Amino acid sequence: MVSRRVFVGTAVAAAAKPDEGWKTLTAPEAGLLEAVCDQVVPEDDTPGAKQAGVIHYIDRQLAGPLLRFRESYRQGLPLLDQAARKLLGSPFLDLGAGERTALLERVERGEAGPEAAAFFRLVIHHTLQGYYGSPSHGGNRGEASWRMLGIEKHMHEGHQ
Amino acid sequence: MTRPPIDAVVIGAGAGGGVVAHQLANAGLRVALLERGRDQQFHETRHDELRSQRTTVLGNAFGPDDSHTRLVQLGEDAEFRRVVASDGAYGNVAACVGGGTKSFGAMAWRFMEQDFRMRSTYGAVAGSTLEDWPLTYQDLEPFYERAEWEIGVSGRGGANPFEAPRRKGYPMPPLPLGREATVLMQGAWKLGWHPFPIPMAINSVPYMGRPGCVMCPHCVGFACEVKAKSSTADTVIPRAVATGNCELRTQCTAKEVLLDSQGRARAVAYFEGRTLVEQPCRLVVVSASATESARLLLNSRSKLFPNGLGNRYDWVGRNLQGHAYAGAYGLFGRDLWDGLGPAARVALCDFNHGNTGLVGGAMLANEFIRLPYLFASGIRPPGVPAWGRKHKEFMRANYKREAGVQGPVQEMPRWENRVYLDPKEKDEFGIPILRLQGKRHENDFVVAKAMVQKATQWLRAAGAHTVWPKMPGKGVNGGQHQAGTCRMGVDAKTSVVNKYCQLHDVDNVFVVDGSVLVTNGGFNPSLTILAVAYWASAYMARNFKAGGRTG
Repeated sequence: MVSRRVFVGTAVAAAAKPDEGWKTLTAPEAGLLEAVCDQVVPEDDTPGAKQAGVIHYIDRQLAGPLLRFRESYRQGLPLLDQAARKLLGSPFLDLGAGERTALLERVERGEAGPEAAAFFRLVIHHTLQGYYGSPSHGGNRGEASWRMLGIEKHMHEGHQ
Repeated sequence: MTRPPIDAVVIGAGAGGGVVAHQLANAGLRVALLERGRDQQFHETRHDELRSQRTTVLGNAFGPDDSHTRLVQLGEDAEFRRVVASDGAYGNVAACVGGGTKSFGAMAWRFMEQDFRMRSTYGAVAGSTLEDWPLTYQDLEPFYERAEWEIGVSGRGGANPFEAPRRKGYPMPPLPLGREATVLMQGAWKLGWHPFPIPMAINSVPYMGRPGCVMCPHCVGFACEVKAKSSTADTVIPRAVATGNCELRTQCTAKEVLLDSQGRARAVAYFEGRTLVEQPCRLVVVSASATESARLLLNSRSKLFPNGLGNRYDWVGRNLQGHAYAGAYGLFGRDLWDGLGPAARVALCDFNHGNTGLVGGAMLANEFIRLPYLFASGIRPPGVPAWGRKHKEFMRANYKREAGVQGPVQEMPRWENRVYLDPKEKDEFGIPILRLQGKRHENDFVVAKAMVQKATQWLRAAGAHTVWPKMPGKGVNGGQHQAGTCRMGVDAKTSVVNKYCQLHDVDNVFVVDGSVLVTNGGFNPSLTILAVAYWASAYMARNFKAGGRTG
């Protein structure tokens, strides 16, 4: 028999291992996170977070300068999914776009608890970084945000 | 390991240390200029907003890295929180050759006469250690001039009617205003105020071997691609090295100042990489920033100074000050953004002093270019959400139509606001890490509110249709404008150094950086630090002649 202690440890270790194609995230985590990011910057007549590859910014930086937030993602993403089940009765990814927005507004107001609200604030900031920062960090593909703002010609990395 | 004796060790190659090293080397002294960071070049960091000195979310572009931590008390009754070096609460100034001047916004202000005489001008302020400087504007005026001409400042002498008398104008004309500053200039005129182009330590035309500014939008927070920014890394430090008398030693972290049996400094102990080195010398200049200079003195303990060098009366690390930035943002009905840096181009000093019923004030200026993430993460009027469709629409509609006006409100110094050594925890070199503690004085918020009102008036007069306030936070401020921790004064019991930046207790140790500023003015402090460095260097050069006995 595997003791409960060992079993839990194995489960955490398994969950912490990134799936192929990702540096830090599992495929289920990436799926959920990408949907949340796309709420922070949704697609309209210009690209949203998904098209701009924001998920790759977060995945990559969690293996680098943002390493200290890795555990926040491990614990925070399930909180958002639990909030969806509790407040709207479905997993997050089963919700329609309008329902996702409504859910995250309730999370932001603290209806799913302070931890979920704090985690969502973190995702907002990381999404905005990935969307509006330099493409060299993995997000802002095709300089999507700079084109949207009409400043792409000014944002080059330098003349030299 | 012990190195051969030299004349002087200067610790920290920033604004103060760069000037002192050059002046001492010029006077013929053999100088080692120690810098814990590297001599960084533009291509290492380029124009990356997320790793700039202003937006450090992916780390400090100019050091130190996130292996450095401090314990910071955010609010007077709050728990101490561990913060990494790229966290704003850490209170970082750059750790590289040039220090803060490598990536600063480069506003080059002279303090006003009253800024040196705050206690005499306003009287005692309850809960504050507000005091006069032991030197006056008149003492410092020739050294301001020297800084402007040797570093390179562009501006229009006489354009600011509130400025104290100056003997000489600037070496270069001001940079062009740009669209936003032009609109704001007109708004200020409507109010009968006195706007003028901001003096900048940026070449507007080629000067002393460096080119003029190319007006790129990546100015504040970045190294300058063409070296038009007048960093000490590109001006006085190379000149110091060129004398043949100054050796720049990078990636060298000072540990402590060592004393002889008479209580005079005999050497500096520092790490060259990982190796502990002793550098004998007859003069030590500590120029490591207000937080780190205090840390070095506090870590230099001996029989004579069991609580740290120069700390007989518990004043080292006290009176930590920054600026309580306050102002307003406004949205306009047309594009103001023209993509031209540095964008911060217009200021006025109508409200630095003489505000009825107020103690102090601030210079007000328009903001540097707001880069996209900084704008997206923090600039929006009340009612606009922080995310989602409406936020994206707000960004698209207003990114080019926003202007900000704010000013560095002069903080009332508090003895309780301080840095001190953690009793247990040490960094990778075994040097105790810092704790930061304190809160802003209530007067800072009174003045901040008044500055918000003035900024709001200004933006409205310039045509803004929506205006909202920016108020400072409550916690202690040890950021890029950090000052005050080794106060200059006449009385050894209530200050750390005399008016020449010399420790009251040890005649061959000087502190030359923001630490010595008694009060921090309602201005960005770099030109004042440079001027104080020229002033103190002149004294050192007179009293520590070349060819004297060393070691």
